[in-house]
Amino acid sequence: MYPLWFLLPGAAIFIVLFIVPTFASFYYAFTRWTLFDVEFIGFDNFVTFFTDPQLSKGFTNTLIFGALTAGLKVVLGLLIGVLLTSEIWARGYLRAVVFFPVLVSTVGVGITFQALLDPFDGVINQTLAVFGIDGPGWLTDPNLALYSIIGVDVWRGVGLAALIYMAGLVAIPQEYYEAAKVDGASGWHRFWNITLPLVRPATTTVVILSLIGGLREFQLIWVMTGGGPGFASDVLASVIYKQYAYGFFGLSTAGNVVLFVVVSAIILPLFWWLNRKQTEL
Amino acid sequence: MSATTRRSLMLAAASAAAVSVLLTGCAGGGGDNDPDGPVELTWFQGSGVETNIATAEALAEAFNAKNPDIVIKVDASGPSDSAQLDNLMKTRLATGEMPDMFWYNSGSLLQALNPDQTMLDIAAEDFVSNLDDAWISAVSTEDGVFGVPVQTAGGGGIFYSIPIYDELGLDVPKTWDEFLANSDAIRDAGYTGVELTFGDAWTAQIITLADFYNVWASDNDWAAQYTANEVNFADDPVAVQGFTKLQDIYDGGYLNEDFASALLNDGLEAVTTGAAGHYPMLGFAQATIATNWPENLDDVGFFGIPGDNAEEAGMTVWMPPALYAPANTEHPGAVKEFMAFVASPAGCDAVTEALGATGQYLVEGCTVPDEAPRIVADWAPYFESGHVAPALEFLSPVKGPNLMQINVEVGSGVRDGQSGAELYDADAAKQAQQLGLPGW
Repeated sequence: MYPLWFLLPGAAIFIVLFIVPTFASFYYAFTRWTLFDVEFIGFDNFVTFFTDPQLSKGFTNTLIFGALTAGLKVVLGLLIGVLLTSEIWARGYLRAVVFFPVLVSTVGVGITFQALLDPFDGVINQTLAVFGIDGPGWLTDPNLALYSIIGVDVWRGVGLAALIYMAGLVAIPQEYYEAAKVDGASGWHRFWNITLPLVRPATTTVVILSLIGGLREFQLIWVMTGGGPGFASDVLASVIYKQYAYGFFGLSTAGNVVLFVVVSAIILPLFWWLNRKQTEL
Repeated sequence: MSATTRRSLMLAAASAAAVSVLLTGCAGGGGDNDPDGPVELTWFQGSGVETNIATAEALAEAFNAKNPDIVIKVDASGPSDSAQLDNLMKTRLATGEMPDMFWYNSGSLLQALNPDQTMLDIAAEDFVSNLDDAWISAVSTEDGVFGVPVQTAGGGGIFYSIPIYDELGLDVPKTWDEFLANSDAIRDAGYTGVELTFGDAWTAQIITLADFYNVWASDNDWAAQYTANEVNFADDPVAVQGFTKLQDIYDGGYLNEDFASALLNDGLEAVTTGAAGHYPMLGFAQATIATNWPENLDDVGFFGIPGDNAEEAGMTVWMPPALYAPANTEHPGAVKEFMAFVASPAGCDAVTEALGATGQYLVEGCTVPDEAPRIVADWAPYFESGHVAPALEFLSPVKGPNLMQINVEVGSGVRDGQSGAELYDADAAKQAQQLGLPGW
């Protein structure tokens, strides 16, 4: 057993760099803070934040973004994972191709897709035009902008989900499949009754990681649309950033506290639930 | 102002500044007669707008040529993104790290820098009396005057294509109805009636902001009442037009097909080369036309956003940015000497030499050269007849930060003008509360 004071250097760094700023932000969330002056104003920032016309939009957009990106990454990640662990041609090359977008900077991805999705000069709509299809304004149509960004985010993040699934899939002992084959189970039955239950730890990891990432997503949205057109693709993180950019530091900090609470309120129970199901298996 | 508590950081910064003054042996104060060689002053600004950097360098060079005792160095290493630059400026001022002088906006954005605490007050200097009164009010608080103008004032309104107007036999509109009729004719002739460029979302605000002259003409005291929360956009039949006019443009079907993704330069190109009849824009953009399409410079004219009364047709004026100094500069004497130069005809001439005729100078005795571009020349009658008002942001500290997003929605037909005005009033209220203004 090591003495407890071995912990001190690490604890000191943790307290100074993480605990203190966290509690300081809880304090500043209750102030009007201009960098020059701090004035305690109670719950006013939270009232403003929750009565803000953008917030209801930003709030629902955050939930849509988190749920859809996490869901699509689970489904597509598992499919790609199964495909790339089976005996297919050029498997190593395809694995690299699927994982590649994870390595590229989010800002770079955003700028690239902003150009590709341009309604008039973009490659995607010009390609559609060759087939006589009049492509929509992917990022300029208020009803479509958020979903276009979701598509790009899934494209960017599915490689990581597939990688986690591949690790989970190769860990499943081949004997189970052989036994099932002997019993006459079809491919679909083997997938449904062996693969799916046994990759549950991987699923838990992918869901939790994607959901936390999705609920906090900012870079891609900011680069591609800036939360626009209008407020159509605003999420909590972009609303918070805008308040900060306008110099409303107290209000922005209150938004961060709200985001922290929202992410915790969704992730913690989900994490507990997913892990509980896992131990019951 | 409501009671506020000074942040301890300010105290720390102030004592650090005091110590550094002691250590450097009280270099502050004199400046002009320094026995140890010339005083070096640093002028800090963002790297975003090239003509701004050229202006600063022209002023520094002209001053350095005449004043060997004081050397001005321009440091344009700040971020090009305006939100980042704003926050860097605030942090540097709050911590006492701002160089001797800096370039920043005049008007409502100045208030967020807390000038009473952070900036050098020049109210008592002689050169301030040479400055235009409207200008002084755009760089002042109740307790002081803080900046001198570094460029010219110019109009915001509608750029129009003179070849299209000539071809269709149109006259410059004096009322909003005439403007819509002209736009109808231009659209029916196969051109874009009104070019909009929401790819650069800030350009969506021009109709609303430049319509302020008409609000001002209906009530000269409107801005003060607005600051006191006694009037607002949604309930005022004149002010609400800043939003409903944008809706009229969408409803009239005048827009360019790619308005949702087009950028500022696309808009300027369209109106300059005769693809679009009208483009709502601020005066500073004429410098871009002069640079990119010099042969078409006289094909673009200007008029203010028309109102209801043809007799009162006027123009909203944008004040130039200003040169300020932080309160803790080590060389206040030298800084004021340079500011006196900037606020003199010699300073104006240095800017004219670098940029040409760009608008109206706000310093007494400054002259604009005769051969001005067509847009600049079109401003002159408004100034001469007195049918001009500063934009609201130079009369009131209240400016809602989400105006551009709201205007994108109104201009795209997602939201009507009335509800856009209501949403903007709520947005402005939020900003006024953050500033701690009384009555909100």
